[in-house]
This record gives sequence, C-alpha cells and structure tokens, in this order.
Amino acid sequence: MTAALPTEEISDARLARAARWKIAYEWLAGAGRFMVFNILPGVTGLALFVLGWEILSQHNAQLPGPGKTLDAALVLFADPFYNNGPNDQGIGWNLLSSLQRVGIGFGLACLIGIPLGFMLGRFVVLSRMAAPIISLLRPVSPLAWLPIGLLVFQKADPAAIWVIFISSIWPVIINTAVGVTRVPQDYLNVARVLQLNEFRIMTRILLPATLPYVLTGVRLGLGVAWLVIVASEMLTGGSGIGFWVWDEWNNLNVEHIIIAIFVVGTVGLLLEQAIMLVAKRFTYE
Amino acid sequence: MNRFVSVEDVSIEFNSRGGRFLALRDINLQIAKGEFVTLIGHSGCGKSTLLNLVAGLLDPTRGVLLCNNREIAGPGPERAVVFQNHSLLPWLTCFQNVHLAVERVFGGKEDRSALNARTEAALELVGLNHAMHKQPHEISGGMKQRVGIARALAMEPQVLLMDEPFGALDALTRAHLQDELMKIVSRTASTVIMVTHDVDEAVLLADRIVMMTNGPAATIGEIVDVGLARPRDRLALANDPQYHAVRARVLEFLYKRHQRPAA
Ligand SMILES: Nc1ncnc2c1ncn2[C@@H]1O[C@H](COP(=O)(O)OP(=O)(O)OP(=O)(O)O)[C@@H](O)[C@H]1O
Ligand SMILES: [Mg+2]
Repeated sequence: MTAALPTEEISDARLARAARWKIAYEWLAGAGRFMVFNILPGVTGLALFVLGWEILSQHNAQLPGPGKTLDAALVLFADPFYNNGPNDQGIGWNLLSSLQRVGIGFGLACLIGIPLGFMLGRFVVLSRMAAPIISLLRPVSPLAWLPIGLLVFQKADPAAIWVIFISSIWPVIINTAVGVTRVPQDYLNVARVLQLNEFRIMTRILLPATLPYVLTGVRLGLGVAWLVIVASEMLTGGSGIGFWVWDEWNNLNVEHIIIAIFVVGTVGLLLEQAIMLVAKRFTYE
Repeated sequence: MNRFVSVEDVSIEFNSRGGRFLALRDINLQIAKGEFVTLIGHSGCGKSTLLNLVAGLLDPTRGVLLCNNREIAGPGPERAVVFQNHSLLPWLTCFQNVHLAVERVFGGKEDRSALNARTEAALELVGLNHAMHKQPHEISGGMKQRVGIARALAMEPQVLLMDEPFGALDALTRAHLQDELMKIVSRTASTVIMVTHDVDEAVLLADRIVMMTNGPAATIGEIVDVGLARPRDRLALANDPQYHAVRARVLEFLYKRHQRPAA
C-alpha cells in the first residue's frame, strides 16, 4: 500500500510529461507541414529566379548578377537619406516623394471618386448620363493625360499628380457604383419598414454594405496609381523613384535600375497587402 | 365586426418578361384588432405578396388596403415585419440590429438608457440576452430568426407581420418559439398576420386560417375559424376533436381541392 502511492504519482507525472511531448510534437508537425506546403514552394521559386538571373548575367556582360546587385544595394541602403542638392538625393527621399505624389493624386481620386460612385449607384439618371463619358475616358492610356496636365498646371509636379488622379479614379468610381446597386433588397426593405432617414440609410446600410466594393476599387486604383507613377516621373523628372530610374539609366548604373525595380515591386506589394488587411476587417460572412 | 386591417378587392400584377403577371386577384379580408390570422397555401401562390401588400412594401394594382381606418400608402414601423430570411444587417451586432428599430420608434420620446433597456428586454424575450453582442454570422439560423422577431416585437407594432418566421428551424426550436410567440402575443394583445406552410402551426397559433388557392391569379379560397380556447397547450390539443376537425379541413383544402400544381 505504501509502495503503491509513489508509483501512482510517478505515472501521473509521466503522463503529464507525455502529454506535453505530444503537444510539442503536434505543434512541430503542424509548423513543419506549414513550412513544406506554404513557405517552401515560394522560397524554391525565388531561388530558381535568382539562379536564372545569375545564369543570364554570366552570358551578358551588360546585366549585373545578383551578387553585384546586392553589393550595390547594401551601399545604397546604408545611406538612403543623403541629400546633395535637388538632382542627387538618396533612394529614400525619391521613394518618399513618389509616395507623396501617389498619396495626393490617389487621395484626391478617392475623395472625389467614392462620393461620385455613390451618386451614380443611387440615381439611375446620373449613371446613364455618366456612362458614355466613363466608357470613353477609362481606356485612355495614363500618359496621354500628361500633356493636358502640363498645359493646365504649367509645372511638372502637379501634372504628375494629375496623371495619377485621372488614371486611378475610374476603378474607384465604377466599383463604388456597382456596390451601391448590389445592396440586397432585403436590407433596403428593412430601411423602408423602419422609415429610416436618408442619413441613417447611408451610415447604417449603404456605407457598410458597399464598403467591400469600395475597398476593391481602392485596391485596384492604388495599383494603377503605383504603376503609373514610375512612368510619369520618368517624363516629368525632378524627383521620385521614376526620375531616379531614368537618372541611373543616364549614368548607365544598371544595378541601381534593378534595385529600383525591386523597390517598386515591394512597395506595391505592401500597399496592396495593407488594403487587403483593411478589406478583410470589413467583410461579413 | 371590428376591422382593424382591411383588404378590399385587391389585385396585384407584376411586370415580368412574358408581360403582365397577375399574382393575386380579388382579395377581400378583414382582420379585427388583437386577432391572429395565418395565411396558408402552396409555395408560390402569393402569401408573401399579400403580406408585403399589408406591410406597404408593394402597392396593389387595383383595390385598397386599410389599417386603423387609414389607407396603407407605404411601409411604416407600426406594421413591423419579420422577413422570410431574417434580414439582419450583418455588420451590426444583435443588440445594434434591434436597437436600430427601437431608436427609430421611441428615439424621440425616451432617453438612451430607456432605449437600451427596451432593446435588452426584447432580446431577453426571445431568450437571447447571452448573444446580444454577437454578429449575425456568429449565431445559428434559429437564433437569427429570433433576433428578427425581437426586432419586430421591440417596435411594439400595431400589426405584426411574419413571413414564415419559423420555416427554417428544426422541430424542437420551432415548437419552443411557437409557445413563446403565443405567450408574447397574449401578453401584448398584438394583431398578427403570419404566413406559414405548416398546417399544425397554422391551427395551433391562429384564430382564423386564411387558405389561398394556387396561382397565377390566386385568391382566398376559404377561411376557417379555429375556435379553440386560449391559452392553448400543444399536448392537450393532440386529443382535442375540434383541433382535429380544423386540421382535417385545412388538409382537405390543400391536398384534395387545391393540390400543389404539377410543376
Ligand atoms: N417582384 C416580382 N416580380 C415578378 N413576379 C413576382 C414578384 N414577386 C413575386 N412574384 C410572383 O408572384 C407569385 C407569388 O410569389 P410569393 O413570393 O408571394 O409566393 P409565396 O406564396 O410567398 O411562396 P413561398 O411559400 O415559396 O414563399 C410567384 O409566382 C412569384 O413568381
Ligand atoms: Mg413567401
């Protein structure tokens, strides 16, 4: 009897330890599965890409390889915010001035495009009035708007912002308008039975119901804006990541051009992910 | 007879692809204050359409509808609707869904704490105070339907319009909510029009059962007085000859004289 008690205690402790091991094992197994199926393919793809690039650069003296580009990047990012006068600034400053242009141009596009989309969605007459204009102007190549901007504003910077604005506003308007027309009749019936006033209908029903559509428009619009900024800065010059690419091309600094491509891609990806995160928060069911 | 809700010679046509579609014709129905009426008929005969006419969500093509001696010119909170598919706003919590209605009806007269108390009381009535701050997608179908009922009851409407409120529920939940509804209605003396396709439910709850013929051009085929004393107990009714007589009459109407159209 006296001997039985300690053995029982030991076996309890053993069981507990075994359970802990089991949990640890399952966690590891889960993490392993996640690595193998979600992370590994992406990493492999990237590795293959870098390998292909390396091989390509071996056969082409003009194209710097991954190693050389990385070296250049380390030097570049060691001091991204130097400032030697308006035509020689660090990549950080150029990136920030591009982001600022996109912020202003695309911000204005949202500020005008979202309310406009709401009006077009709510009032059929307006949407019929706007339909021919939108279908005519939307497919116009963004840079075709640049001369108009230069003509009107007489300066490069607002002209670039204008190009961002006019090319990114269409997806915002169109998606918002579609979202408003897709608000389920059930929700509008609730509003009718309750006889909610126009303000309540807007804040409690139309806005939340259309928000996912609006955010889709914002995501597409921001994508366009970021696509267009590089091209328009190449033409307008002064500052910005697009100008920087053009400047480095004139200096024949190909490493820097490749770095710029990666920077533009990464920033675009981050912007998109940020909006996706917001959109997820506002999606129901 | 006291006519609280009155439907007079009402017909309604819809514009459809094949031209005008006559859904209901020559509907005449008078409902007294405090009366519980169920509408029964085969799927697609126009039960929801008739209910929506009383709600004011649809306008009749011919005829007129009155409520409390005034023409029904549109929807309004004095005729609360429990929709066939609950129609909760998914971005609001259960509390906020009910509160939206409470605020609309009593917002001018009562202060914030009174409005909150009303909202909570309505949710408590349907046994949902524990799920008050959940969003509709976080609760079961039966719970959603109960929030829809709470929203309608919280408005203290003159007429409660219910479109198959228990249609999507399992038998146990359904029985429980039927009992709750009977208690609430007897306490508040509400006038209720309820659509159902369940014969037992119609007999259990109603003072009168309105039976509709099949569409197109559906109309009221027959109206049965249930005539069972209240409060009603579902177990006791199982041995009540009057219950069985009414049930048999409804069944005969639905399955013998107006069979489901072969579609
Ligand atoms: N807005 C509309 N436009 C055209 N036809 C309609 C419309 N609403 C209803 N109908 C038609 O009117 C008829 C009656 O529809 P209703 O929804 O009232 O049927 P119901 O009796 O409620 O059916 P269920 O039991 O399936 O809910 C149907 O034939 C339907 O197709
Ligand atoms: Mg229906």
